[in-house]
Amino acid sequence: MFASAEMTTASFPILTMLVLVPLLGAVLVSLLSKNHGEWVKLAALVSSVTTGAMSVWMLVKFPTGAAGFEFVSKHSWISEWGISWHLGVDGISLFMVVLTGVLFPLVIVGIDPHHDHKSYLAWMLLLEAGVMGSFLSLDLFLFFVFFEIVLVPMYFLIGGWGYEKRVYAATKFFLYTMAGSAFMLVGIVATAFLARRDTGALTFDLVEIAEKATFATGTGRWLFVAFMIAFAVKVPLFPLHTWLPDAHTQAPTGGSVILAGVLLKMGTYGMLRFGVYLFPQAAIWAKPVLLTLAVIGILYGAIAATMQKDLKRLVAYSSVAHLGFIVLGTFAMTTQAITGGVMQMVNHGVSTGALFLLVGMIYERRHTRQISELGGIQAVAPIFAGFFMIVMLSSIGLPGLNGFVGEFLVLIGSFETARWWVVVATIGVILAALYLLWAYQRVFHGEPSDDNKSFPEITLREGLLLSVFVAAIVFAGVYPKPMLDRIEPSVKALIEHVEASK
Amino acid sequence: MMNRLIAATSTFEGPAIQWFKISPILALLGGALFLILVGSLTPQWKRGWYAATSVVTAITAAVLTGVLWSQIGDDKPSTLVGGALAFDHFALFATFTICVSVALASLVVNDYLTREGEDGPEVYGLILAAAIGGVVMVSANDLLVLFLGLETLSLSFYLLTASSRSRTQSGEAGLKYFILGGFASAFFLYGVALLFGASGTTNLQTMATVFAGEVAVTSNNGLLLAGIALLLVGFAFKVSLVPFHVWTPDVYQGAPTPITALMGSVGKVAAFAALIRVFMTALPSRIDDWRPAILVLALLTLVVGSVLAVVQTDVKRMLAYSSISHAGFILVGLEAAAHIGNADAHLGISSAMGYLFIYSVLVIGTFAVVSVVAGQGDNATTLDAFKGLGKKRPVLALGMTVLLLAQAGVPLTSGFVAKFGIIRSAVSVESYALAVAAMIAAVIAAFLYLRIMVSMWLSDPADDAPVSISKSAGLAIALAVALTLLIGIFPSGIISQSLLAIL
Repeated sequence: MFASAEMTTASFPILTMLVLVPLLGAVLVSLLSKNHGEWVKLAALVSSVTTGAMSVWMLVKFPTGAAGFEFVSKHSWISEWGISWHLGVDGISLFMVVLTGVLFPLVIVGIDPHHDHKSYLAWMLLLEAGVMGSFLSLDLFLFFVFFEIVLVPMYFLIGGWGYEKRVYAATKFFLYTMAGSAFMLVGIVATAFLARRDTGALTFDLVEIAEKATFATGTGRWLFVAFMIAFAVKVPLFPLHTWLPDAHTQAPTGGSVILAGVLLKMGTYGMLRFGVYLFPQAAIWAKPVLLTLAVIGILYGAIAATMQKDLKRLVAYSSVAHLGFIVLGTFAMTTQAITGGVMQMVNHGVSTGALFLLVGMIYERRHTRQISELGGIQAVAPIFAGFFMIVMLSSIGLPGLNGFVGEFLVLIGSFETARWWVVVATIGVILAALYLLWAYQRVFHGEPSDDNKSFPEITLREGLLLSVFVAAIVFAGVYPKPMLDRIEPSVKALIEHVEASK
Repeated sequence: MMNRLIAATSTFEGPAIQWFKISPILALLGGALFLILVGSLTPQWKRGWYAATSVVTAITAAVLTGVLWSQIGDDKPSTLVGGALAFDHFALFATFTICVSVALASLVVNDYLTREGEDGPEVYGLILAAAIGGVVMVSANDLLVLFLGLETLSLSFYLLTASSRSRTQSGEAGLKYFILGGFASAFFLYGVALLFGASGTTNLQTMATVFAGEVAVTSNNGLLLAGIALLLVGFAFKVSLVPFHVWTPDVYQGAPTPITALMGSVGKVAAFAALIRVFMTALPSRIDDWRPAILVLALLTLVVGSVLAVVQTDVKRMLAYSSISHAGFILVGLEAAAHIGNADAHLGISSAMGYLFIYSVLVIGTFAVVSVVAGQGDNATTLDAFKGLGKKRPVLALGMTVLLLAQAGVPLTSGFVAKFGIIRSAVSVESYALAVAAMIAAVIAAFLYLRIMVSMWLSDPADDAPVSISKSAGLAIALAVALTLLIGIFPSGIISQSLLAIL
């Protein structure tokens, strides 16, 4: 069961270290002198690589088949309010933590911010600590702290290193997310207070509240809605998505990769962990609305992506569509669908992260993102085009690549409980092929114009960076079993928890 | 007749005074008198000595308050000087907040006065006088004593506002503040008179007993309600609640920047603590009459304060409106406290007090940065003056960023602890709508702090005017930032102490 029956307080507090190492890295980087650029880079590299290595080590040590929280670490923080530093990882958060751990060093090594390296790296590491904390927190208050603190580094990354309309985009991102969180904060406090009847003393502990407390039908629904608003903004779910195209388009490449790779997943992850787990009955009640919004998002994102003239904006809208599939899987509420949804969170992080990386490389070379100004690149840079092709096919969901596994599981798992929504959502799969292939055709096929004739081929550094992504794409597509084996037990436990609440 | 009067006079005995229990006031008074008397009889002191005297006085008063704080555990809360002053954790918490604010603000004032070449003992004397007024207000257990404190505080503030000899806006703001403040005091005094008419007393406890009885209430209902309304108007002006806020932006902008910091901290703490004490102690039986008014004032203050803050272009005006919005937040705490009978109602008062302490530190830190940036003449306070501060003075800009994020209520800063406390108290008495409204107002206000951050970090400097930071201002900013982060990361201390500060 979910209740941490096996409170394996490991001798080494690995989860705490996963948060603290990047945090200390950020502090160290900001303390080092700007004149020692190499030291700054080294410090950032060491702390992010250490975090990545620790997350992989945790993956290796994670017992396959375990459904509860592992590596739990719990210390009292604000005892007056019943708040504790409670971290834990299960099948649902496991791969998000690993993705975060691996993606950050890749971004830090592979993408050059061009100016102010020191502050850029400090913000990046602070961001990593915040994201890690969000995925690991098992305390409502602690989760909120991390969820909210993430805004600050991301705001500065977009605002400081982004493109033309960066200040506008950064401000919009900050305010949208904060407005959503406003509801969640009230929801969190109300949840803890109302649960006090069942838990005895005031506590913000997620596991304790979820296992012990029951909420009156109406109250539970209100609380669920309060949490959902925050997550719907973060995902983003139609119609709260309008910050995303701006933020993605204006963010620097590194920011976009992180935003698509892990930040958006904080929303879908929150829906599972804090929506479905805390308020199972309300989640069932809200199912039709959320499924409908998810399907609208899938279609709307796809159609909007088709219309885009800006390549980066196109990828941003494709994110709206892809995240719709994850939400669809989450609220179809079958083991298969949710497992597919969790798998898709990772897949989208890898493939869309890689797509943003590629778009960033195109911009570096051509200083434009307009599809109409590109063309014929395949002729001059075939390897680059090859990488783009593989990543794009993964995003479309070609069998044999990772995107297929997740999307297929979501659709097949949702079919029994949400048949008509699935029927409509399937159109989204076809549209995805349409807009991505069409974009590929316009950018890479044809005769290169004079500007594109000198398009440089991929460099070794870029190639190595992309190879990591491609390896993950192919591996998860061909042999997804190790991943599914670790995700499924926790999802099953969650479904049982939902069934038990009926 | 005459004989009887004489007899009465000759047998008059002053109340027994427990001198040690009013020692914070005495310490402040001693410091103020020393500065004014000795300062005016001796030639100009060395730079920084006036400020040092003020800081030492404030710290002494704060330490004495701390000693008394631990003493209350043994002797239960009581009243002093014949029931004129209350001696409880609530009063001491507010007193401590005032003393800390005065100590921090004196450092900023020192920077300002030496920069403007106006160093002297008068300003510090007035600051300490204002602090005495504030301490009397937060401890007053009698409406007339409260009025004495209020006038001491207000008169000092009028003078301090107008104290800049080189800026004409300062004098204008002082006059504006004086006239409108006089109006408010009149409202307040009229309210006191009507309440006295309704109850026959000005003592808060006696008043509560009288109003709790049926007879007085039914026969004097009109007087009582009018009295409550007038009292509320007087207080609403002093803590600048919408729609009694219009003076705030003008006065905040016109006053010398460190004085603005003092108004935002000492002035707010004193008036809010007095407001809470009067309404919670003397008028709990009429809660159904005044709680709706507080609710409406809170909503108006939150929304109007935040929205108007966003459209300003002068940082001092922005922060003035943001202080209005913060006042709305504190009022949410009072609204929660007014749910008498609910087991969690006491959280409202303690969260409001915690908010006041945290906000006082924040507002002094923030205005200290504004004062430093404003530079010679105290004039460069537009948003443009902050452009490129991140490039010119990265450490100062970083400190300001922490303070602004705290004002916006971002986690791991003290501002989040304050906001969370208020939301918690509102939710615990099921004022969900007010809690949501407060959070939305906080989001709107966040836009204003982002605007200042954009100016600092994401814009190029408008000119190459250097920004110089003196040691004392730097110390004040560093202390404020350190407290902000410390409380943000380890909030247990302030939470447990403020939980004692109830009525």
